[in-house]
Amino acid sequence: MKKIFILLLLWALPSKSLALIEVDITRGNLNPLPIAVSPLSIDNDSKKSFEKILKKKDIGSEISMVIENNLKISGLFNPLNKDAFLQAPDIANLKPRFEDWNLIKAQALITGKVKYMDDKLRVEFRLWDVLAGKEIMALAFTTVPNNWRRVGHIITDKVYERLTGEKGYFDTRIIYVAEEGPKTKRIKKLAIMDQDGANNKFLTLGNELVLTPRFNPTNQMITYLSYFRNLPRVYLLDIETGIQEVVGDFPGMTFAPRFSPDGKKIIMSFAKDGNSDIYTMDLENRIVEKITNHPSIDTSPSYSPNGKYICFNSDRSGYQQIYVMKSDGSNVKRISFGKGIYGTPVWSPRGDLIAFTKMHKGKFYIGVMRTDGSGERLLTENYYQEAPSWSPNGRVLIFYRETKSNDKGEGFSAKLWSIDLTGYNERLVDTLTDASDPSWSSLLTN
Amino acid sequence: MKKLRIRNIDQGAIMKLNKILKNAFLVTVACLVLSACATSKKSGQMQGDVYTGNDTVEYLASGVKDRVFFATNESVLTTAARETLRKQAAWLRKNSKITIVLEGHADERGTREYNLALGERRANAAKDYLMTYGISSDRISVLSYGKERPVDSGSNPLAWSKNRRSVTVKAN
Repeated sequence: MKKIFILLLLWALPSKSLALIEVDITRGNLNPLPIAVSPLSIDNDSKKSFEKILKKKDIGSEISMVIENNLKISGLFNPLNKDAFLQAPDIANLKPRFEDWNLIKAQALITGKVKYMDDKLRVEFRLWDVLAGKEIMALAFTTVPNNWRRVGHIITDKVYERLTGEKGYFDTRIIYVAEEGPKTKRIKKLAIMDQDGANNKFLTLGNELVLTPRFNPTNQMITYLSYFRNLPRVYLLDIETGIQEVVGDFPGMTFAPRFSPDGKKIIMSFAKDGNSDIYTMDLENRIVEKITNHPSIDTSPSYSPNGKYICFNSDRSGYQQIYVMKSDGSNVKRISFGKGIYGTPVWSPRGDLIAFTKMHKGKFYIGVMRTDGSGERLLTENYYQEAPSWSPNGRVLIFYRETKSNDKGEGFSAKLWSIDLTGYNERLVDTLTDASDPSWSSLLTN
Repeated sequence: MKKLRIRNIDQGAIMKLNKILKNAFLVTVACLVLSACATSKKSGQMQGDVYTGNDTVEYLASGVKDRVFFATNESVLTTAARETLRKQAAWLRKNSKITIVLEGHADERGTREYNLALGERRANAAKDYLMTYGISSDRISVLSYGKERPVDSGSNPLAWSKNRRSVTVKAN
């Protein structure tokens, strides 16, 4: 992914202005912050130019809709109905009449301006604290017109960060497996989309079964499992060039791949003679290392963000449980001890938690625990769900959920869902087809 | 052979004793069969949670079933599975040019990655057994589909039991 953004101007540094508004991210969405997203104003010439290029009537209002939707799905904000706005967008961007915005109970206000300049899209935006009556942030971006949605995502990230004190997760993508057809002959393709479901693209044709795609840290590569020529092996795919290559030369199935946090290694399982162990392969010198050595199933490895530890799934106790070890394979410790069995551990990007799937008495749960296994918390219960993946700020989990079929196999569906770490704000993530195995990218721009 | 011998014995006390034993045996067998039928009617065609029916079974040759079934989370071969595999081994010994793929599968009630490993473990349990009956490992390859290729798309215990399987497929 090319770095396309130039942060052109930063004319009002978020000074130490004591903003009154603040969003507490740890408490769930009981009191989402009322926020007004004014349509970004646009002059007539720019409007016409963008209409020609992007086939969008009013790109300013389109961008503001991207922002509004992001804020809404975060569950932390309540974007107010635009019909109630009293002030015109261009004037509001110069100097809001705070009484008007106060009247509709807005606590924060986003205004902005869009311009067509040297074949580029120039967007400036301002964030206002309505209660304090002042500007708390102002930024401008210039980019190619096609990136207009990303401008909306970046603005949302800036607003989110300013008001919650934590990085956002809106300028991100989701890689997942798109599914079609009957369960017995399911067709699966790799697909990629923006975090909000826009710009969906299929990356494979569906000729072979593909599973469990995951991004590398720079979001340019994907590692996944493909049944190409009926040989299930871990592959690498370069998103830009479309070039695929098999990882390593293993005489059997390799699966459950992930990148190391520095992107230099792939960690995965290799199954042979009924025994699955965890291996790493260095992508530069192709050196393969065996990390676990146990006659049980060891799979679903995931590195801690500092690369020093690995959590994984093993049935060495007789059933699937979660273990943590040092990245060289030493000091293996079981950390899951609750009732039921556990799978798919994945280390939070903040380092403090491990998300997992739990199976107990015919129900499936997505949960989190501390890295020593304490503080287990189940976020959601359902008929079938698994495979959580973290948002880059460690605040949201995306996973997939399947519904029960009747005896003829009807009624089956697989969909992506997201839920906040707080256990609130559970949402269906819209996809064109059925979907599974989601994996969240890191922020595309920092 | 044994049955014949019992029938030929023609001496009072022994015969009586045998008869009693035999009847008792038959009664117990009948009870077992009846109760088995009763439970299998309730849960379809399963013993414990291992599939014992023939709905999905195909044949490599006359009398040689192509697949064996497993209990939930297990890769241990049942008595029936071992019998099927012995027949496969005999058929493979007779047809020494045939090579096979053992396709291991899991049901849908497990995490995808673990199920891939479990399918591989099941197929290898079948492979090991065939090898102890003289089939060279050169003729056998193993392929796990995890939960990706169910034969029965229902979400119920009977469907899941049909899906927990290792299928022997001719490769040439």
